[in-house]
Amino acid sequence: MGSADPERTGGYPSSWERPTVFYSKNVKYLVYGAIGLFVLWSAWELRPSPARLIGGADAATSLLATMFPPDFTPEARGRIWTGMVESIAMSIVATAIGVVISIPIAVMAAENLVPRPVYYVGRALVSISRSLHELVLAIVAVVAVGLGPLAGVIALVIATPGFFAKLMAEELEDIDEGQADAIRALGGSPVQVLLYGVAPQVIPRMIGLIIYRWDINIRASTIVGIVGAGGIGVTLLNSFDRYEYDFSLAIILAIIAVVMFGEILSAVARRRVQ
Amino acid sequence: MLTITDLEKVYPTGDKALQGVSMEVDGNEVVSIIGPSGAGKSTLIKCVNRLTEPTSGSIVLDGEELTTLSKKELRKTRRDMGMIFQEFNLIERLTVMENVLSGRLGYMGSWDAFRRNFDDEDVQNAYEILDRVGVGGMENKRVDELSGGQRQRVGIARAILQRPKILLVDEPTSALDPETSFEVMEMLTEIAREEDIPVLINIHEVELALDYTDRIVGLTDGEVVFNGTPAELDENARDTIYRSGKSREETGTESQPQSQNESSSSGISDASKEKSF
Amino acid sequence: MSYEGSTTWRKHDGRARAIRYAAIVVAIAITALSWRALDIQYTFVVDAPRNLGDLLLRMYPPNLAYGAEILPPLVETINIAILGTGLAILISLPIAYIGAENTTPNAVTYALGKFLIVGTRSVNVIIWALFFVVIFGTGALSGVLAVAFRSIGFVSKLIAEGIEEIDAGQVEAIRAMGGSPLDVVVYGIVPQIKPAFVGVATYRWDINVREATVIGFVGAGGIGVYLDTAINFFQWSNVLTILIAILGIVIVSEVLSAYLRKKVS
Ligand SMILES: Nc1ncnc2c1ncn2[C@@H]1O[C@H](COP(=O)(O)OP(=O)(O)OP(=O)(O)O)[C@@H](O)[C@H]1O
Ligand SMILES: [Mg+2]
Repeated sequence: MGSADPERTGGYPSSWERPTVFYSKNVKYLVYGAIGLFVLWSAWELRPSPARLIGGADAATSLLATMFPPDFTPEARGRIWTGMVESIAMSIVATAIGVVISIPIAVMAAENLVPRPVYYVGRALVSISRSLHELVLAIVAVVAVGLGPLAGVIALVIATPGFFAKLMAEELEDIDEGQADAIRALGGSPVQVLLYGVAPQVIPRMIGLIIYRWDINIRASTIVGIVGAGGIGVTLLNSFDRYEYDFSLAIILAIIAVVMFGEILSAVARRRVQ
Repeated sequence: MLTITDLEKVYPTGDKALQGVSMEVDGNEVVSIIGPSGAGKSTLIKCVNRLTEPTSGSIVLDGEELTTLSKKELRKTRRDMGMIFQEFNLIERLTVMENVLSGRLGYMGSWDAFRRNFDDEDVQNAYEILDRVGVGGMENKRVDELSGGQRQRVGIARAILQRPKILLVDEPTSALDPETSFEVMEMLTEIAREEDIPVLINIHEVELALDYTDRIVGLTDGEVVFNGTPAELDENARDTIYRSGKSREETGTESQPQSQNESSSSGISDASKEKSF
Repeated sequence: MSYEGSTTWRKHDGRARAIRYAAIVVAIAITALSWRALDIQYTFVVDAPRNLGDLLLRMYPPNLAYGAEILPPLVETINIAILGTGLAILISLPIAYIGAENTTPNAVTYALGKFLIVGTRSVNVIIWALFFVVIFGTGALSGVLAVAFRSIGFVSKLIAEGIEEIDAGQVEAIRAMGGSPLDVVVYGIVPQIKPAFVGVATYRWDINVREATVIGFVGAGGIGVYLDTAINFFQWSNVLTILIAILGIVIVSEVLSAYLRKKVS
């Protein structure tokens, strides 16, 4: 131990540098510096001039003044109701159709169930669906089929596999292979293997995921209207265009209420199922 | 050196953890506090550096009254008290070196502390102490990669680098296996002797107290019931210390099997048997 | 097991089964009702796949030359995500502090923290963008603010959870050595929440890149502005180029954020 060390006094280094994940301290500072510069440059690109900030403060006060109190007159309530019913209906229809098309994609994206090339196609479909925001899908769908809830439904349907097929594929990859093998051993076709060897194992989880996705689709269905794809979002955008900010606030409060209600409902339902 | 007089501590929950404790630690004495679980050992140690605020009484270190210190003065005085913890309380995600050097935090400005800008002399001393406690060469390891014994050695190194006037130690070996416990106790007491500083140490295992300390204070239900040399700690004295531990055991608050043994009369002979190993 | 036990078990199974069938029937009925409520013309539905296909055909091939043109808005999209995330973190730190059980000063601040966390999370980025465009006009500034406000709930919630999990012993040790309150933060708290912090920041940034692609639809900057324009002017091959570019940056940022999270564990 130390006391036996001949160099006990003075033999120890008087500096120490913390090891870093970068190669050296200098590289570390270089990286931090580069990140800092990049952020500064991005901020500069925004150029928020003082005039704009002051104007913003004025606009904000007048906006808040018009927003309060929120417009909950019977007429406004009626319009909110119509839009909200459309949004919720869109979310339900889109979840149903989306799940139906997601199931084959989930099977394709499950490593243990399909040949390699099919697996890659499955993963690619999931990736694409995940990467595009519902609103991007909605704006394209509006171009293809016109304004209205159909475009919204299509957007949500296309967005569903990115979440549902991905998580479903993970469930499928976790199954007990023995049960699938048993059906194979009996001479079952691949479809029979899926129906009798795989499906019973994943159905409870699948129902949980369906409810979860529905919850997400409710949120999305309240905003796709902003690009014209139906639902309460259309009402919201119109209120902004007409400067009826008190009505906008009422709509937003209604959206928050519905989203939270959906979240609670979905949480409770998922707990019951599992 | 350290004089505690009539120290009382009542927790907000109403627990009377200390009920008029008086004791002293002199020169370079190693004093151990033994007693059943819940006796107030940890509370006593934490009152000394005021991690826990005492309710009443006085604590004097080197002529300075600690219980009335302002926040600023307290920070300064805490540098003089090195503390070693049962669960090590090292900064798990930092390196061994940073942990040891953190012993100097009380002496540094916050900006230097933030930049890890330590004195050359401190760094040199840190290397030396790491060597002395037997973890030389591990300075760049992260603490969460170390074993329990190694962690406690780093904990000791950190306390020593503070250059304290006294070491406060709370059950340094409870989280370690018996073999390592002996090694750590050995090293702790040896270093304290080399540094010529007193040690106040909480110990669960009576045999460690007998082997490694100069004086033993027995604490039961927040009261000092024994104060003497290891030789004076006879069957009778142990009975007094652990007697009321029995009633605690019956209420089911005991958790460690070791102290369960000690608190029953047959357990005492077990404990002395173990001493020979 | 007794005979009686087995019959009750079977009965129970029968009831569960009945409930299950009922649930399926109800679900189908609700879906059908929803479909009716949407009042979508059947011919439109039949035409939809063909229309989508037509649109894709019109888009193909992508306009590669246009790729260079959309580079600045793509960079702007990423910048909006970075600045929005950064700003969200700055705003979130105090909110997380009062929203964490072990650091919040009192019950009122705790409730306020929780309220801010839930409130900001429930409003979609595009709605925030609508507001900020009204306030600050069109452009990336409104986008950054929209992304930031949208992220506050998520970021504060996760940081608050990180703070709630810290080991008090490490904090105690720094205090016992005479460390200042700042030392306690720098040595006792920061190292403990760093992984959670980096995880949250990179994860949220990844989400925000996606969000930043759409705020342009209401004029809040980024690639969304160009997508909107290309569609309004029927420049279909440009639309496809933009979609591919969006796909690219989203996937790259996802990979990058996963890598960063792994590196700081
Ligand atoms: N933070 C606290 N709040 C309320 N009561 C406490 C607190 N800490 C300790 N106590 C109580 O004070 C008494 C003494 O506790 P203390 O931890 O000092 O005992 P100990 O002798 O160190 O026990 P052990 O051997 O188990 O570590 C116990 O009754 C305990 O329940
Ligand atoms: Mg204790």
